[in-house]
Amino acid sequence: MYPENFYYSQDHEWLKVEGEEAVLGITDFAQKQLGDIIYVDLPVVGKTVEAHQTLTTVESVKSVSDVYSPVAGEVIEVNQQLIQTPELINRDPHGEGWILKLRLKDKSELNNLMRAADYEKYLEGLEH
Amino acid sequence: MINVIREPLIFEISSPGKTAFKVPVLDVPEKKELLAGLPLRADIEGFPEVSETEITRHFTRLSQTNYCVDLGIYPLGSCTMKYNPKINEKVASLPGFTQAHPLAPEELVQGNLELMKTLEKLLLEITGMDAITLQPAAGAHGELTGMMLIRAYHQAQGNPRKYVLIPDSAHGTNPSSAHLCGYTVKEIKSNERGTVSVDDLAREMNEEVAALMLTNPNTLGVFESDICQIAELVHSKGGFLYMDGANLNALAGITRPGDLKVDVMHLNLHKTFSTPHGGGGPGSGPVAVKKILEPFLPVPVIEEIGGTYYLNYDRPQTIGRVRSFYGQFLVALKALAYILSLGPEGIKEMAETAVLNSNYIRKNLEGLYELKYDTPTLHECVFSDKYQREYGVTNLDISKRLLDYGLHPPTMSFPLIVHGALMIEPTETESRRDLDLFIEAMKAIAREAKENPDLLRTAPHITYVRRLDEVQAARNPILRWEK
Repeated sequence: MYPENFYYSQDHEWLKVEGEEAVLGITDFAQKQLGDIIYVDLPVVGKTVEAHQTLTTVESVKSVSDVYSPVAGEVIEVNQQLIQTPELINRDPHGEGWILKLRLKDKSELNNLMRAADYEKYLEGLEH
Repeated sequence: MINVIREPLIFEISSPGKTAFKVPVLDVPEKKELLAGLPLRADIEGFPEVSETEITRHFTRLSQTNYCVDLGIYPLGSCTMKYNPKINEKVASLPGFTQAHPLAPEELVQGNLELMKTLEKLLLEITGMDAITLQPAAGAHGELTGMMLIRAYHQAQGNPRKYVLIPDSAHGTNPSSAHLCGYTVKEIKSNERGTVSVDDLAREMNEEVAALMLTNPNTLGVFESDICQIAELVHSKGGFLYMDGANLNALAGITRPGDLKVDVMHLNLHKTFSTPHGGGGPGSGPVAVKKILEPFLPVPVIEEIGGTYYLNYDRPQTIGRVRSFYGQFLVALKALAYILSLGPEGIKEMAETAVLNSNYIRKNLEGLYELKYDTPTLHECVFSDKYQREYGVTNLDISKRLLDYGLHPPTMSFPLIVHGALMIEPTETESRRDLDLFIEAMKAIAREAKENPDLLRTAPHITYVRRLDEVQAARNPILRWEK
């Protein structure tokens, strides 16, 4: 279910690291909780964030939710497809529904995140 | 409901040349040249043309498809949709009020000013605060005004500060208000009781924090019992405690935010004090403050010298105007009528009954619907659809099915800390009989979820329109009629 090579945050974002960069999205669990997504407020390229700061907001039929950056970095690309087809996040949260790419400020911050097995355990804890 | 046949759009009833009026034939020469050069529209393309009977019946039929507090319970948690007593409307429609010109000289509207001052005094008595403005046009506007006062104070000390702390169970408007005032919002986590985690607050509280915005009782209906400790913690770093007073109908007459060391709060006259809202509005969101923030209140401030009332604009530290004229005057009157008709004992009874009604529902439905937090609640209670999800039924399906029982559903999917939330607030205006109707419907739905989940997934069945495609409506709304 949850790709082995991703990093996961407690707020249900995933990171797929490629060298000094990382692709970011929200997890399958997050998209299920949100329900049908109708709008993604994409940030501007060049925006810099610290860990735990808000990157963007995602709006579903139920609510508007912040997407936090699990690590510090700079936005270098956003998924333009989401403007017309935000439902990609529902359809393929770990693939085509990626939200943006970050240039990582400090790769050691990745150590604070969970790997797939830990994240799945974390989700089980939330169910109870 | 009487709707068997779908009412056409007014455009579909229209046919060319029909009108609802006839103008007499001109008995003087026509002088079109008088209008030369003026930007006059010849006609509006597609404008509906209907007769008087057609237009009357069209809108009357539409109005009969509506649901309102005069028809039944409206248990929207956090929205406090209570019955609007007719005496309020009667009072507010007296010609001395409706005909008063907002620019009339003060000496001609002494009575109106006196009533506003009277309401101010009563609200201060109920809240235990020191000073108040009636100007803000509704709750979120009150929040914004309150945050502007806080910013003005900090600015006057030389540093407006950077952060505002807000619990994760807050009303969605709280972060927006803080953000609009130039603050960065930091979220405080709830603990296992569903209240603010004092430890988390202590970690985040420092001298760059301008205020904590707290809703009490919070959106779970739980009283923040650590409020005195919370206030102390916020004050020790020079911050302010802002209280969202949206849920005041759980406290009024019993405890006072001012005594709980709250520095600034807004009240929702259109909720707690029974004036209409949600389409029947307008709202009204007075902001009450402690002495320390009084110099910054918006102008004008109503003052009294020897029995004469006047509007004071000469306030050097004021944040200025937040609303044209003096706020929602007629709404203020309705709230005043409500307070005076209840009296001090009645206000207390209002809060007690609101809490009793909510707990009556909670007690009757617990076990059938999940209570994620079993902490005792006041005026509202939050269930979830967890037990029903086993059968593939969600809070949306439950809400839609309630429509078939002729009842308005509760608030859904809020607060965010409860997945699949159903947030129920009956208010004090519901009778035991009406509460039982709601409870019986919810019990029947819990049974149906088990025995016939499809019935719920395809609900509603007997309403004017069936289930709407909310995703399409949000993604591709069609807001204009086209042929």
